Amino acid sequence: MTANGSQVRLLVGTRKGAFILTADAARKKWEIAGPHFPGWEIYHIKGSPADPNRLYASQSSGWFGQIMQRSDDGGKTWAPVGNNFAYDGVPGTHQWYDGTPHPWEFKRVWHLEPSLTNPDEVYAGIEDAALFHSTDGGQNWAELSGLRTHTTGSAWAPGAGGMCLHTILIDPTDPKRIVIAISAAGAFRTDDGGTTWKPINRGLHSQHIPDPTAEVGHCVHHIAAHPSRPGVLFMQKHWDVMRSDDAGDNWHEVSGNLPTDFGFVIDVHAHEPETLYVVPIKSDSEHFVPDGKLRVFRSRSGGNDWEPLGKGLPDRNCYVNVLRDAMAVDRLDSCGVYFGTSGGQVYVSPDSGDNWNAIVRDLPPVLSVEVQTLA
Amino acid sequence: MLIRVELPAHLRTLAHIEGREVVLEVPGTPTIATVIDTLEAAYPMLRGTVRDQATRERRAFLRFFAYQQDISLDSPNAPLPSAIVNGNEPLIILGAVAGGIVMIAGI
Repeated sequence: MTANGSQVRLLVGTRKGAFILTADAARKKWEIAGPHFPGWEIYHIKGSPADPNRLYASQSSGWFGQIMQRSDDGGKTWAPVGNNFAYDGVPGTHQWYDGTPHPWEFKRVWHLEPSLTNPDEVYAGIEDAALFHSTDGGQNWAELSGLRTHTTGSAWAPGAGGMCLHTILIDPTDPKRIVIAISAAGAFRTDDGGTTWKPINRGLHSQHIPDPTAEVGHCVHHIAAHPSRPGVLFMQKHWDVMRSDDAGDNWHEVSGNLPTDFGFVIDVHAHEPETLYVVPIKSDSEHFVPDGKLRVFRSRSGGNDWEPLGKGLPDRNCYVNVLRDAMAVDRLDSCGVYFGTSGGQVYVSPDSGDNWNAIVRDLPPVLSVEVQTLA
Repeated sequence: MLIRVELPAHLRTLAHIEGREVVLEVPGTPTIATVIDTLEAAYPMLRGTVRDQATRERRAFLRFFAYQQDISLDSPNAPLPSAIVNGNEPLIILGAVAGGIVMIAGI
Protein backbone atom coordinates (compact mmCIF):
# COMPACT_ATOMS: atom_id res chain seq x y z
CA MET A 1 0.00 0.00 0.00
CA THR A 2 1.30 3.46 -0.87
CA ALA A 3 1.85 5.70 2.10
CA ASN A 4 0.90 8.91 0.31
CA GLY A 5 -2.58 9.94 1.30
CA SER A 6 -3.11 6.89 3.45
CA GLN A 7 -4.60 7.07 6.92
CA VAL A 8 -4.81 4.77 9.85
CA ARG A 9 -7.76 4.58 12.19
CA LEU A 10 -7.40 2.90 15.58
CA LEU A 11 -10.48 1.48 17.25
CA VAL A 12 -9.84 1.30 20.97
CA GLY A 13 -12.20 -0.41 23.40
CA THR A 14 -11.79 0.40 27.09
CA ARG A 15 -13.47 -0.31 30.40
CA LYS A 16 -15.25 3.03 30.21
CA GLY A 17 -15.93 3.73 26.56
CA ALA A 18 -14.60 3.62 23.01
CA PHE A 19 -12.03 5.91 21.45
CA ILE A 20 -11.15 6.41 17.79
CA LEU A 21 -7.61 7.57 17.03
CA THR A 22 -6.65 8.71 13.55
CA ALA A 23 -3.40 9.76 11.88
CA ASP A 24 -1.83 10.07 8.47
CA ALA A 25 0.77 7.63 7.20
CA ALA A 26 3.54 9.22 9.26
CA ARG A 27 1.64 8.15 12.39
CA LYS A 28 3.07 11.01 14.43
CA LYS A 29 0.17 13.41 14.91
CA TRP A 30 -3.00 11.82 16.20
CA GLU A 31 -6.54 13.00 16.60
CA ILE A 32 -8.45 11.36 19.42
CA ALA A 33 -12.24 11.14 19.33
CA GLY A 34 -14.35 9.89 22.19
CA PRO A 35 -15.32 8.57 24.53
CA HIS A 36 -18.15 6.95 22.62
CA PHE A 37 -20.56 5.12 24.95
CA PRO A 38 -18.94 6.70 28.05
CA GLY A 39 -19.13 4.60 31.18
CA TRP A 40 -19.73 1.31 29.33
CA GLU A 41 -17.28 -1.52 28.82
CA ILE A 42 -16.32 -1.81 25.17
CA TYR A 43 -14.82 -5.25 24.78
CA HIS A 44 -14.23 -4.95 21.04
CA ILE A 45 -14.74 -2.75 17.98
CA LYS A 46 -13.92 -3.93 14.49
CA GLY A 47 -14.40 -2.62 10.98
CA SER A 48 -15.53 -4.49 7.89
CA PRO A 49 -12.67 -5.21 5.45
CA ALA A 50 -15.26 -4.86 2.67
CA ASP A 51 -16.46 -1.42 3.80
CA PRO A 52 -14.16 0.35 6.26
CA ASN A 53 -16.90 2.78 7.27
CA ARG A 54 -18.95 -0.11 8.64
CA LEU A 55 -17.92 -0.70 12.25
CA TYR A 56 -19.35 -3.03 14.86
CA ALA A 57 -18.93 -2.52 18.61
CA SER A 58 -19.71 -4.62 21.66
CA GLN A 59 -20.99 -2.42 24.48
CA SER A 60 -21.78 -3.98 27.85
CA SER A 61 -22.34 -3.25 31.49
CA GLY A 62 -22.79 -5.20 34.68
CA TRP A 63 -26.02 -3.29 35.23
CA PHE A 64 -27.62 -3.20 31.80
CA GLY A 65 -26.22 -6.22 29.96
CA GLN A 66 -25.22 -6.34 26.30
CA ILE A 67 -25.77 -3.70 23.64
CA MET A 68 -24.51 -3.99 20.07
CA GLN A 69 -23.66 -0.85 18.13
CA ARG A 70 -23.07 -0.25 14.44
CA SER A 71 -21.59 2.70 12.62
CA ASP A 72 -21.90 3.30 8.89
CA ASP A 73 -19.66 6.37 8.82
CA GLY A 74 -16.39 5.21 10.32
CA GLY A 75 -17.39 5.78 13.92
CA LYS A 76 -18.71 9.33 13.75
CA THR A 77 -22.25 8.19 14.57
CA TRP A 78 -23.60 4.94 15.97
CA ALA A 79 -26.93 3.18 16.25
CA PRO A 80 -27.88 0.17 18.38
CA VAL A 81 -28.60 -3.05 16.49
CA GLY A 82 -29.82 -6.43 17.72
CA ASN A 83 -28.68 -7.69 21.10
CA ASN A 84 -30.62 -10.92 21.45
CA PHE A 85 -28.11 -13.75 21.71
CA ALA A 86 -30.34 -16.74 22.35
CA TYR A 87 -28.66 -20.13 22.47
CA ASP A 88 -30.02 -22.63 19.99
CA GLY A 89 -32.35 -25.00 21.86
CA VAL A 90 -31.87 -25.90 25.51
CA PRO A 91 -28.22 -25.11 26.15
CA GLY A 92 -27.58 -27.62 28.94
CA THR A 93 -24.49 -27.37 31.14
CA HIS A 94 -20.74 -27.01 31.05
CA GLN A 95 -18.31 -27.49 33.91
CA TRP A 96 -18.00 -24.86 36.61
CA TYR A 97 -14.70 -24.00 38.27
CA ASP A 98 -15.24 -26.73 40.87
CA GLY A 99 -16.10 -29.37 38.28
CA THR A 100 -19.85 -29.31 38.89
CA PRO A 101 -22.31 -28.85 36.00
CA HIS A 102 -23.27 -25.22 35.41
CA PRO A 103 -25.95 -23.89 33.05
CA TRP A 104 -24.82 -22.13 29.90
CA GLU A 105 -25.63 -18.41 30.41
CA PHE A 106 -25.08 -15.53 28.02
CA LYS A 107 -22.89 -12.85 29.62
CA ARG A 108 -21.30 -10.66 26.95
CA VAL A 109 -19.79 -10.41 23.48
CA TRP A 110 -16.01 -10.56 23.59
CA HIS A 111 -15.02 -10.45 19.93
CA LEU A 112 -16.53 -9.35 16.63
CA GLU A 113 -15.22 -10.61 13.31
CA PRO A 114 -16.77 -9.06 10.21
CA SER A 115 -16.82 -11.07 7.00
CA LEU A 116 -13.95 -10.39 4.64
CA THR A 117 -16.33 -9.71 1.74
CA ASN A 118 -19.79 -8.75 3.01
CA PRO A 119 -20.23 -5.70 5.29
CA ASP A 120 -23.56 -7.04 6.58
CA GLU A 121 -22.09 -10.34 7.70
CA VAL A 122 -20.36 -10.59 11.06
CA TYR A 123 -19.48 -13.23 13.64
CA ALA A 124 -19.62 -12.70 17.41
CA GLY A 125 -17.76 -14.72 20.01
CA ILE A 126 -19.54 -14.70 23.33
CA GLU A 127 -19.30 -15.73 26.98
CA ASP A 128 -20.46 -18.42 27.93
CA ALA A 129 -18.64 -19.73 24.90
CA ALA A 130 -20.57 -19.85 21.66
CA LEU A 131 -20.30 -18.47 18.16
CA PHE A 132 -23.07 -16.31 16.69
CA HIS A 133 -23.55 -15.09 13.14
CA SER A 134 -25.46 -12.19 11.61
CA THR A 135 -26.10 -11.63 7.92
CA ASP A 136 -28.15 -8.43 8.28
CA GLY A 137 -25.69 -5.98 9.73
CA GLY A 138 -26.11 -7.15 13.31
CA GLN A 139 -29.88 -6.84 13.55
CA ASN A 140 -30.42 -10.56 14.13
CA TRP A 141 -28.06 -13.15 15.52
CA ALA A 142 -28.18 -16.95 15.12
CA GLU A 143 -25.97 -19.39 16.95
CA LEU A 144 -23.71 -21.74 15.01
CA SER A 145 -24.53 -24.33 17.61
CA GLY A 146 -22.45 -27.15 16.18
CA LEU A 147 -19.58 -25.70 18.18
CA ARG A 148 -21.23 -25.53 21.61
CA THR A 149 -22.92 -28.89 21.11
CA HIS A 150 -19.65 -30.61 20.26
CA THR A 151 -19.35 -33.83 22.25
CA THR A 152 -16.75 -32.20 24.50
CA GLY A 153 -18.91 -29.13 25.27
CA SER A 154 -20.24 -30.37 28.60
CA ALA A 155 -16.63 -30.70 29.80
CA TRP A 156 -15.56 -27.15 28.94
CA ALA A 157 -14.75 -24.94 31.92
CA PRO A 158 -14.17 -21.20 32.29
CA GLY A 159 -10.80 -19.55 32.70
CA ALA A 160 -10.33 -16.89 35.36
CA GLY A 161 -11.97 -14.28 33.14
CA GLY A 162 -14.97 -16.41 32.21
CA MET A 163 -15.68 -18.99 29.52
CA CYS A 164 -15.19 -16.69 26.58
CA LEU A 165 -14.90 -17.25 22.85
CA HIS A 166 -12.32 -14.57 22.10
CA THR A 167 -10.63 -15.43 18.80
CA ILE A 168 -12.23 -15.83 15.36
CA LEU A 169 -10.00 -16.29 12.30
CA ILE A 170 -11.66 -16.57 8.89
CA ASP A 171 -9.52 -18.18 6.19
CA PRO A 172 -9.25 -15.63 3.33
CA THR A 173 -8.88 -18.44 0.80
CA ASP A 174 -11.83 -20.46 2.10
CA PRO A 175 -14.41 -18.60 4.21
CA LYS A 176 -15.95 -21.90 5.30
CA ARG A 177 -12.78 -22.62 7.26
CA ILE A 178 -12.83 -20.77 10.58
CA VAL A 179 -10.58 -21.17 13.60
CA ILE A 180 -11.86 -20.08 17.00
CA ALA A 181 -10.46 -20.23 20.52
CA ILE A 182 -12.12 -20.47 23.91
CA SER A 183 -10.66 -19.90 27.33
CA ALA A 184 -10.34 -22.50 28.79
CA ALA A 185 -11.52 -25.12 26.30
CA GLY A 186 -8.93 -24.59 23.58
CA ALA A 187 -8.91 -24.10 19.82
CA PHE A 188 -11.47 -25.48 17.37
CA ARG A 189 -11.82 -25.44 13.58
CA THR A 190 -14.68 -25.80 11.18
CA ASP A 191 -14.15 -26.62 7.52
CA ASP A 192 -17.83 -26.39 6.57
CA GLY A 193 -18.84 -22.87 7.57
CA GLY A 194 -19.64 -23.65 11.18
CA THR A 195 -21.82 -26.75 10.98
CA THR A 196 -19.26 -29.14 12.43
CA TRP A 197 -16.18 -28.44 14.51
CA LYS A 198 -13.18 -30.34 15.77
CA PRO A 199 -10.79 -29.56 18.60
CA ILE A 200 -7.33 -28.63 17.31
CA ASN A 201 -5.21 -28.86 20.43
CA ARG A 202 -2.76 -31.65 19.66
CA GLY A 203 0.67 -30.64 20.88
CA LEU A 204 -0.56 -28.26 23.57
CA HIS A 205 0.66 -29.04 27.08
CA SER A 206 -1.10 -27.46 30.06
CA GLN A 207 0.00 -28.31 33.59
CA HIS A 208 -3.12 -26.83 35.17
CA ILE A 209 -5.43 -29.58 33.90
CA PRO A 210 -5.49 -33.20 35.09
CA ASP A 211 -4.34 -34.54 31.73
CA PRO A 212 -1.85 -31.96 30.40
CA THR A 213 -2.32 -33.14 26.80
CA ALA A 214 -6.12 -33.52 26.89
CA GLU A 215 -8.18 -32.99 23.74
CA VAL A 216 -9.87 -29.94 25.36
CA GLY A 217 -9.35 -27.84 28.50
CA HIS A 218 -6.44 -25.66 27.39
CA CYS A 219 -6.44 -21.98 28.25
CA VAL A 220 -5.70 -20.50 24.85
CA HIS A 221 -5.32 -16.72 25.12
CA HIS A 222 -5.10 -15.67 21.48
CA ILE A 223 -4.32 -16.93 17.97
CA ALA A 224 -3.03 -14.95 14.98
CA ALA A 225 -2.28 -15.74 11.36
CA HIS A 226 -0.91 -13.88 8.35
CA PRO A 227 -3.58 -13.49 5.64
CA SER A 228 -1.28 -14.92 2.98
CA ARG A 229 -0.71 -18.12 4.97
CA PRO A 230 -3.93 -18.98 6.79
CA GLY A 231 -2.70 -22.48 7.57
CA VAL A 232 0.15 -21.16 9.70
CA LEU A 233 -1.20 -20.28 13.14
CA PHE A 234 0.56 -18.65 16.06
CA MET A 235 -0.85 -19.01 19.58
CA GLN A 236 -0.24 -17.32 22.88
CA LYS A 237 -1.44 -19.91 25.33
CA HIS A 238 -1.78 -19.22 29.07
CA TRP A 239 1.82 -20.34 29.26
CA ASP A 240 3.72 -21.14 26.02
CA VAL A 241 3.87 -19.56 22.60
CA MET A 242 2.89 -22.17 20.02
CA ARG A 243 2.94 -22.61 16.25
CA SER A 244 1.02 -24.81 13.84
CA ASP A 245 1.87 -25.29 10.17
CA ASP A 246 -1.21 -27.37 9.38
CA ALA A 247 -4.16 -25.14 10.37
CA GLY A 248 -4.05 -26.30 13.96
CA ASP A 249 -3.91 -30.06 13.49
CA ASN A 250 -0.53 -30.14 15.24
CA TRP A 251 1.21 -27.55 17.42
CA HIS A 252 4.77 -27.12 18.61
CA GLU A 253 6.25 -24.69 21.07
CA VAL A 254 8.21 -21.66 19.84
CA SER A 255 8.67 -19.81 23.15
CA GLY A 256 12.45 -20.12 22.72
CA ASN A 257 14.37 -17.43 24.58
CA LEU A 258 11.42 -15.37 25.84
CA PRO A 259 11.96 -14.18 29.43
CA THR A 260 8.53 -15.61 30.30
CA ASP A 261 6.14 -17.32 27.94
CA PHE A 262 2.99 -16.26 29.78
CA GLY A 263 1.06 -13.53 28.00
CA PHE A 264 -2.11 -12.60 26.20
CA VAL A 265 -1.45 -10.93 22.82
CA ILE A 266 0.22 -12.28 19.71
CA ASP A 267 0.27 -10.80 16.23
CA VAL A 268 1.99 -11.17 12.85
CA HIS A 269 3.74 -8.48 10.79
CA ALA A 270 1.69 -7.25 7.84
CA HIS A 271 4.33 -8.05 5.19
CA GLU A 272 6.60 -10.61 6.84
CA PRO A 273 4.67 -13.80 7.66
CA GLU A 274 7.50 -15.12 9.85
CA THR A 275 7.72 -11.95 12.00
CA LEU A 276 5.76 -12.24 15.24
CA TYR A 277 5.07 -10.01 18.21
CA VAL A 278 4.22 -10.91 21.80
CA VAL A 279 4.25 -9.02 25.10
CA PRO A 280 5.56 -11.36 27.81
CA ILE A 281 3.77 -11.03 31.15
CA LYS A 282 5.48 -12.10 34.35
CA SER A 283 3.12 -14.88 35.41
CA ASP A 284 -0.49 -15.94 35.75
CA SER A 285 -0.47 -14.73 39.33
CA GLU A 286 1.28 -11.42 38.56
CA HIS A 287 -0.42 -9.93 35.53
CA PHE A 288 2.20 -7.31 34.72
CA VAL A 289 5.33 -7.06 32.61
CA PRO A 290 8.57 -8.48 34.07
CA ASP A 291 11.19 -6.30 35.78
CA GLY A 292 9.04 -3.18 35.60
CA LYS A 293 9.95 -2.83 31.88
CA LEU A 294 7.39 -2.69 29.12
CA ARG A 295 8.85 -4.57 26.16
CA VAL A 296 7.44 -6.12 23.05
CA PHE A 297 9.31 -9.19 21.83
CA ARG A 298 9.74 -9.79 18.12
CA SER A 299 10.76 -12.94 16.33
CA ARG A 300 11.78 -12.69 12.67
CA SER A 301 12.08 -16.45 12.32
CA GLY A 302 8.58 -17.62 13.10
CA GLY A 303 9.36 -18.08 16.77
CA ASN A 304 12.10 -19.44 19.06
CA ASP A 305 14.52 -16.53 18.52
CA TRP A 306 13.07 -13.41 20.12
CA GLU A 307 14.47 -9.90 20.56
CA PRO A 308 13.24 -7.32 23.06
CA LEU A 309 11.89 -4.06 21.65
CA GLY A 310 11.76 -1.25 24.15
CA LYS A 311 12.91 1.93 22.45
CA GLY A 312 10.39 4.53 23.57
CA LEU A 313 8.64 2.24 26.04
CA PRO A 314 8.89 2.59 29.86
CA ASP A 315 12.02 0.86 31.15
CA ARG A 316 11.30 1.15 34.88
CA ASN A 317 8.42 1.16 37.36
CA CYS A 318 5.97 -0.14 34.78
CA TYR A 319 3.43 -2.74 35.92
CA VAL A 320 0.79 -2.92 33.24
CA ASN A 321 -0.82 -5.80 31.39
CA VAL A 322 -1.71 -6.07 27.70
CA LEU A 323 -4.92 -8.01 27.14
CA ARG A 324 -5.55 -10.54 24.40
CA ASP A 325 -7.29 -8.35 21.82
CA ALA A 326 -5.19 -5.26 22.52
CA MET A 327 -2.57 -5.54 19.74
CA ALA A 328 -2.90 -4.83 16.02
CA VAL A 329 -0.80 -4.20 12.92
CA ASP A 330 -1.54 -1.85 10.04
CA ARG A 331 -0.82 -2.56 6.39
CA LEU A 332 1.22 0.49 5.41
CA ASP A 333 4.55 -0.10 3.64
CA SER A 334 6.36 0.41 6.90
CA CYS A 335 4.23 -1.82 9.10
CA GLY A 336 2.77 -0.12 12.15
CA VAL A 337 2.36 -2.08 15.36
CA TYR A 338 -0.05 -0.95 18.10
CA PHE A 339 -0.99 -2.08 21.56
CA GLY A 340 -2.97 -0.80 24.52
CA THR A 341 -2.37 -1.41 28.21
CA SER A 342 -4.30 -1.91 31.41
CA GLY A 343 -2.89 1.48 32.43
CA GLY A 344 -4.69 3.26 29.61
CA GLN A 345 -1.73 3.85 27.30
CA VAL A 346 -1.88 3.18 23.56
CA TYR A 347 1.51 2.79 21.89
CA VAL A 348 2.48 2.89 18.22
CA SER A 349 5.56 1.78 16.41
CA PRO A 350 5.55 3.06 12.80
CA ASP A 351 8.56 0.91 11.90
CA SER A 352 7.77 -2.71 12.71
CA GLY A 353 8.60 -2.35 16.40
CA ASP A 354 12.00 -0.63 16.28
CA ASN A 355 10.75 2.63 17.83
CA TRP A 356 7.68 3.29 19.98
CA ASN A 357 5.67 6.32 21.02
CA ALA A 358 2.66 6.76 23.23
CA ILE A 359 -0.31 8.05 21.26
CA VAL A 360 -2.26 8.63 24.46
CA ARG A 361 -1.40 7.84 28.06
CA ASP A 362 -4.45 8.25 30.23
CA LEU A 363 -7.39 6.37 28.78
CA PRO A 364 -9.38 3.92 30.91
CA PRO A 365 -7.90 0.40 30.97
CA VAL A 366 -7.66 -0.79 27.36
CA LEU A 367 -9.53 -3.97 26.45
CA SER A 368 -8.98 -4.06 22.69
CA VAL A 369 -7.17 -2.35 19.83
CA GLU A 370 -7.90 -2.77 16.14
CA VAL A 371 -6.48 -0.75 13.27
CA GLN A 372 -7.86 0.09 9.85
CA THR A 373 -5.54 1.08 7.02
CA LEU A 374 -7.45 3.52 4.84
CA ALA A 375 -6.44 4.39 1.30
CA MET B 1 -53.23 4.32 31.58
CA LEU B 2 -50.45 6.90 31.53
CA ILE B 3 -47.51 5.75 33.64
CA ARG B 4 -44.46 7.84 34.45
CA VAL B 5 -41.16 5.93 34.39
CA GLU B 6 -37.84 7.28 35.60
CA LEU B 7 -34.81 5.64 33.99
CA PRO B 8 -31.10 5.47 34.88
CA ALA B 9 -28.92 8.00 33.06
CA HIS B 10 -27.17 5.39 30.89
CA LEU B 11 -30.50 4.12 29.56
CA ARG B 12 -31.77 7.63 28.89
CA THR B 13 -28.62 8.28 26.86
CA LEU B 14 -28.99 5.00 24.99
CA ALA B 15 -32.61 5.77 24.10
CA HIS B 16 -32.01 9.49 23.41
CA ILE B 17 -34.50 10.46 26.12
CA GLU B 18 -34.33 14.02 27.38
CA GLY B 19 -35.33 14.63 30.98
CA ARG B 20 -35.49 12.04 33.75
CA GLU B 21 -38.85 10.51 32.90
CA VAL B 22 -40.84 9.05 30.06
CA VAL B 23 -44.63 8.78 30.05
CA LEU B 24 -46.01 5.55 28.65
CA GLU B 25 -49.55 4.61 27.63
CA VAL B 26 -49.79 1.18 29.27
CA PRO B 27 -52.75 -1.00 28.25
CA GLY B 28 -54.81 -2.88 30.85
CA THR B 29 -53.86 -3.04 34.50
CA PRO B 30 -50.36 -1.58 34.83
CA THR B 31 -47.81 -3.98 36.28
CA ILE B 32 -44.03 -4.03 36.21
CA ALA B 33 -44.22 -6.51 33.32
CA THR B 34 -46.65 -4.47 31.21
CA VAL B 35 -44.77 -1.24 31.87
CA ILE B 36 -41.52 -2.83 30.66
CA ASP B 37 -43.34 -4.38 27.69
CA THR B 38 -44.54 -0.90 26.74
CA LEU B 39 -41.13 0.65 27.40
CA GLU B 40 -39.39 -1.90 25.17
CA ALA B 41 -41.96 -1.42 22.40
CA ALA B 42 -41.49 2.35 22.47
CA TYR B 43 -37.70 2.15 22.77
CA PRO B 44 -36.46 -1.09 21.14
CA MET B 45 -32.85 -0.27 21.98
CA LEU B 46 -33.73 -0.84 25.65
CA ARG B 47 -34.68 -4.49 25.09
CA GLY B 48 -32.61 -6.64 27.40
CA THR B 49 -31.28 -3.76 29.47
CA VAL B 50 -33.85 -3.87 32.28
CA ARG B 51 -34.70 -7.56 32.16
CA ASP B 52 -33.12 -10.54 30.49
CA GLN B 53 -34.58 -11.17 27.04
CA ALA B 54 -34.74 -14.93 27.53
CA THR B 55 -35.83 -15.30 31.15
CA ARG B 56 -37.62 -11.92 31.45
CA GLU B 57 -36.08 -11.62 34.91
CA ARG B 58 -34.99 -8.26 36.30
CA ARG B 59 -31.28 -7.61 35.88
CA ALA B 60 -29.54 -8.30 39.16
CA PHE B 61 -28.22 -4.77 39.71
CA LEU B 62 -31.41 -2.91 38.86
CA ARG B 63 -34.16 -2.12 41.35
CA PHE B 64 -37.76 -0.97 40.97
CA PHE B 65 -38.93 1.74 43.37
CA ALA B 66 -42.54 2.89 43.69
CA TYR B 67 -43.63 5.66 45.99
CA GLN B 68 -40.69 5.20 48.39
CA GLN B 69 -41.03 1.42 48.39
CA ASP B 70 -38.68 -1.14 46.86
CA ILE B 71 -40.98 -3.38 44.83
CA SER B 72 -38.15 -5.20 43.05
CA LEU B 73 -39.03 -8.54 44.60
CA ASP B 74 -42.77 -8.24 44.01
CA SER B 75 -44.35 -10.32 41.28
CA PRO B 76 -43.84 -8.59 37.93
CA ASN B 77 -47.53 -9.28 37.29
CA ALA B 78 -48.81 -7.60 40.47
CA PRO B 79 -50.78 -4.36 40.01
CA LEU B 80 -48.65 -1.27 40.62
CA PRO B 81 -49.44 0.97 43.62
CA SER B 82 -52.19 3.52 43.05
CA ALA B 83 -49.79 6.45 43.32
CA ILE B 84 -48.05 5.13 40.18
CA VAL B 85 -51.27 4.27 38.40
CA ASN B 86 -52.84 7.69 38.96
CA GLY B 87 -49.68 9.41 37.78
CA ASN B 88 -48.74 11.06 41.06
CA GLU B 89 -45.45 9.20 41.28
CA PRO B 90 -43.11 7.66 38.74
CA LEU B 91 -42.02 4.05 38.68
CA ILE B 92 -38.30 4.43 39.29
CA ILE B 93 -35.88 2.01 37.63
CA LEU B 94 -32.65 2.46 39.50
CA GLY B 95 -29.13 1.12 39.15
CA ALA B 96 -28.01 -0.44 42.42
CA VAL B 97 -24.74 0.66 43.97
CA ALA B 98 -22.41 -2.14 42.95
CA GLY B 99 -18.97 -0.61 42.77
CA GLY B 100 -16.18 -2.99 41.86
CA ILE B 101 -18.20 -5.62 40.10
CA VAL B 102 -16.59 -5.03 36.71
CA MET B 103 -13.18 -5.56 38.22
CA ILE B 104 -14.31 -8.82 39.80
CA ALA B 105 -15.35 -9.97 36.35
CA GLY B 106 -11.81 -9.39 35.11
CA ILE B 107 -10.45 -10.74 31.86
